[in-house]
Amino acid sequence: MAAIEMKNIVKKYGDGYPAVNDVSIDVADGEFVILVGPSGCGKSTLLRMIVGLEDITSGDMLIDGERVNDLAPRDRNLSMVFQNYALYPHLTVYENIAFPLRLAKLDSKEIDEKVREASRTLDLDEHLDRKPANLSGGQRQRVAMGRAIVRDAKAFLFDEPLSNLDAKLRGQMRTEISRLQKRLGITTVYVTHDQTEAMTLGDRVAVMKKGVLQQLASPRELYEQPANLFVAGFIGSPPMNFLPATVEGDQITLPFGTFPLPADKAERTAGKGLLMAGIRPEHFEDAAVQADVDEARTFDAHIDVREWLGDQQYAYVPYDAEPEVQDQLRELAREADSDSLRTQLVVSLDSASQVREDDEAKLSIDTDKIHIFDPSTGENLTVGL
Amino acid sequence: MRNDTLSRIGTAVGLILILVWCLLPVAWIISLSFKSQEAVTNGSPGFFPSSGGGAGWQNYVDVVKDDQFRQAIFNSIGICLIATLLSVVIATLTAYAVARLEFKGKKFVLTTALVIAMFPVVSLVGPLFDMWRTLGIYDTWIGLIIPYMSFTLPLAIWTLSAFFREIPWEMEQAAQVDGATAWQAFRRVIVPLAAPGVFTAAILTFFFAWNDFVFGISLTSTERARPIPAALSFFVGDDPFNRPASLLAAGAVVATVPIVLLVLFFQRKIVAGLTAGAVKG
Amino acid sequence: MTTTAETATKPRREARTSDKSRAENRLAIKLVAPAIALMLLVTAFPMLRALYLSMFDYTLTAPDDRTFVGFQNYLTALSDQLFWRDTANTVFIMVVTVFFELVIGFAFAMVMHKLIFARGLVRTSILIPYGIITVVSGFAWQFAFSNTNGFVNSWIPFMNPDFNWFGDYWSAMAAIMVSEIWKTTPFMALLLLAGLAQVPEDMLEAAKVDGATWWQRLWRVILPNMRAAIMVAVLFRALDAYRIFDNIFVMTNGAQGTESISFLTYRQVIEQFQLGIGSALSVLLFLSVLVVAFGIVKLFRVDLSAARQG
Repeated sequence: MAAIEMKNIVKKYGDGYPAVNDVSIDVADGEFVILVGPSGCGKSTLLRMIVGLEDITSGDMLIDGERVNDLAPRDRNLSMVFQNYALYPHLTVYENIAFPLRLAKLDSKEIDEKVREASRTLDLDEHLDRKPANLSGGQRQRVAMGRAIVRDAKAFLFDEPLSNLDAKLRGQMRTEISRLQKRLGITTVYVTHDQTEAMTLGDRVAVMKKGVLQQLASPRELYEQPANLFVAGFIGSPPMNFLPATVEGDQITLPFGTFPLPADKAERTAGKGLLMAGIRPEHFEDAAVQADVDEARTFDAHIDVREWLGDQQYAYVPYDAEPEVQDQLRELAREADSDSLRTQLVVSLDSASQVREDDEAKLSIDTDKIHIFDPSTGENLTVGL
Repeated sequence: MRNDTLSRIGTAVGLILILVWCLLPVAWIISLSFKSQEAVTNGSPGFFPSSGGGAGWQNYVDVVKDDQFRQAIFNSIGICLIATLLSVVIATLTAYAVARLEFKGKKFVLTTALVIAMFPVVSLVGPLFDMWRTLGIYDTWIGLIIPYMSFTLPLAIWTLSAFFREIPWEMEQAAQVDGATAWQAFRRVIVPLAAPGVFTAAILTFFFAWNDFVFGISLTSTERARPIPAALSFFVGDDPFNRPASLLAAGAVVATVPIVLLVLFFQRKIVAGLTAGAVKG
Repeated sequence: MTTTAETATKPRREARTSDKSRAENRLAIKLVAPAIALMLLVTAFPMLRALYLSMFDYTLTAPDDRTFVGFQNYLTALSDQLFWRDTANTVFIMVVTVFFELVIGFAFAMVMHKLIFARGLVRTSILIPYGIITVVSGFAWQFAFSNTNGFVNSWIPFMNPDFNWFGDYWSAMAAIMVSEIWKTTPFMALLLLAGLAQVPEDMLEAAKVDGATWWQRLWRVILPNMRAAIMVAVLFRALDAYRIFDNIFVMTNGAQGTESISFLTYRQVIEQFQLGIGSALSVLLFLSVLVVAFGIVKLFRVDLSAARQG
């Protein structure tokens, strides 16, 4: 077991394009760190540089304090679970798990002990004699993990291990990976493009975009204190609403009206011209179901579509925005790999709410929880407040 | 429902037609090989040997006893096996490079293979005839092995690179992470996975070499190296004006047996190999 | 695999190419060198040699009388009516056999695609003609058409039992083509079957729901989606047919004017030892194959990259 330090890691391809640009992340011993971001953000490249399948253009990769930049994968003693599992189809489950041990030339008694222990841990006992082709997706996933845990590797690396499973199985395996990691207490780096996986599994999450580390923080901090527009839009489902805003004094003007803003937020943002406000869907509410409503923080909205989910409901409120704001919203959506949506507000309402589609409703807005971003740099001006 | 039965009947009729198409001429040549030589000389039209015109196994006995024929079979087996073995080894290296490595000149390799697959073989016969005589390998095994290797390489390279491409990249990388050296990864993971492909390529290569006629008749002059198709075409018997049809048929059946056996045992692999990459590269 | 994951894997490959490209290059060159050397030794080098020899009046029976004649051999060949007759024969055989192979092969492929039972039997049977030596196929059909020992005359109704198929140009050509078509149709069927398997079943179901008849489905859904497979099969078979030699050699030995261009070349070189004019014919044969290949690729807009590229 070991700590992994990445210092100013850069990866450039032949055409000079930096796939990973000056990324520094310290993974503590036993920590579970997630690399997350849209496709092409460099997260997989970074993982493959840790394990040694990809050369490092510049920067230092330290495992256990030792610089490993020039070590071959087999000399780094890490284990990895690949996206497509990479099980050897000509070997049985038993031999697949035993493969690294056989390469290390352990004696067969020792191999047998370790394989049996791994298979017990992963509930694979009855499948040991089968070939990978005869296994279900979840079983293959477990064999791949068995191959990873069977030897005493310094760390586990996962490259989108759940992306080939169906939604239900993905949930189960997620819990299983989490439990296993906690029990073994082994340093783990896990790559995913799925923000739910990132939020539920990681001790800390590194959000990347276009090769650049955007924010490295705990899931809660990412959600509540996103460093910039990209992180704010990427983390959370349904995503944060972005609205054009101007702040004058302690009043914020949004497309639906003007609302009072807490003094500390107003102080940092007042008089800065056109800004971008970010409000999560749950920070809206149907005023009709709230006990005491601050009338200053309500507005009338036309409900376009309503989705009732049982424990809550989502309502969609279209609004008009100037073309340049629309462009920027589209750009944000594109960067986060989501479909370019129309300019509309997504609000999460209490399940008791009686709003109806194609009807007017009075909504309240919690401006205490509002984030305000500088639209040119994307920086969160209200971070820490 | 009526449509369903109709199409089922159509399929069944089609099935019978295919079987007749494929097997009738084979049945014919087998039947011919049982006609007696006298019957053939006197004229014996009809599919089956006429009554009294049968020869039993006599034609086969005669063929197998014939030194020329035995030598030709021996030549064919030897030449084709050696050419196949060498061709597959060389093609494996090339196909691995084509499927797995990025390098300048990959296009050149593929274009060369494509051009050679389409090459009009006969146009080489003249210059090769000349060259081989100069080099002293005219009418020898090696004189046939070399062209057989070159002309089977394209097929072997395509088949093998299609197989190599199907082995996921991750497989090799996983082995490396698991602690394997490049050689161990190749030996313990890639080779076992590629074995069926290599085998398929070998069968197709053998087919091709066994089938060759142009080189066989042009680059040999005696029975020293003459392979079976060429020998059959020169097999005229005692009376050059009247070919011993039934004897030839028996020889043809014997020459076909190895191929039919290969087909029977490895039908699945051959089909996969023939169509690999033919539809989508 | 999800789409995002797919795009994510792309840069990885590029990464390998740039990082380890030099080492990779060197290794690859080493690996492909034997194959390239061998292929060039037996084709490019002899071809150059043929180009050189074709400039000489050169007969093996009188090797010392070699004289440089420039393009005289080409003029002789091109002004010879024999050359044009044999080229016409070859093109005729190519067009007719490929047409029949395509139609029959497609029918076979359709049947094999529909087949639920006896698949192994059919596939094994269909490989037998493919595997049989062409010379043997030639013999089998020659004897089958023979008027003394064959069965064809007696099986065709109202046929004169003494009709000599090899006594007349058209019937001899027909016999040659039957042998050629018989042997190669199965190969065509297998290629087309693989193409057919690529047409998605749900697309056909969608067409059914949209009200397309069987005929419309064939022409508007199946065939357009098999275009690449069909074109590649046609290209390969056409070039193969253009090289026809074995069947003619065995069945007619060029009698009744059934010579092909390959046969003419062979005869000049091997039987008459005319290396000079023979080499000129070799070059012309090679060039005409190139023209045919180019013509087919252009005419049918064959996408070779979708074909058997490596």
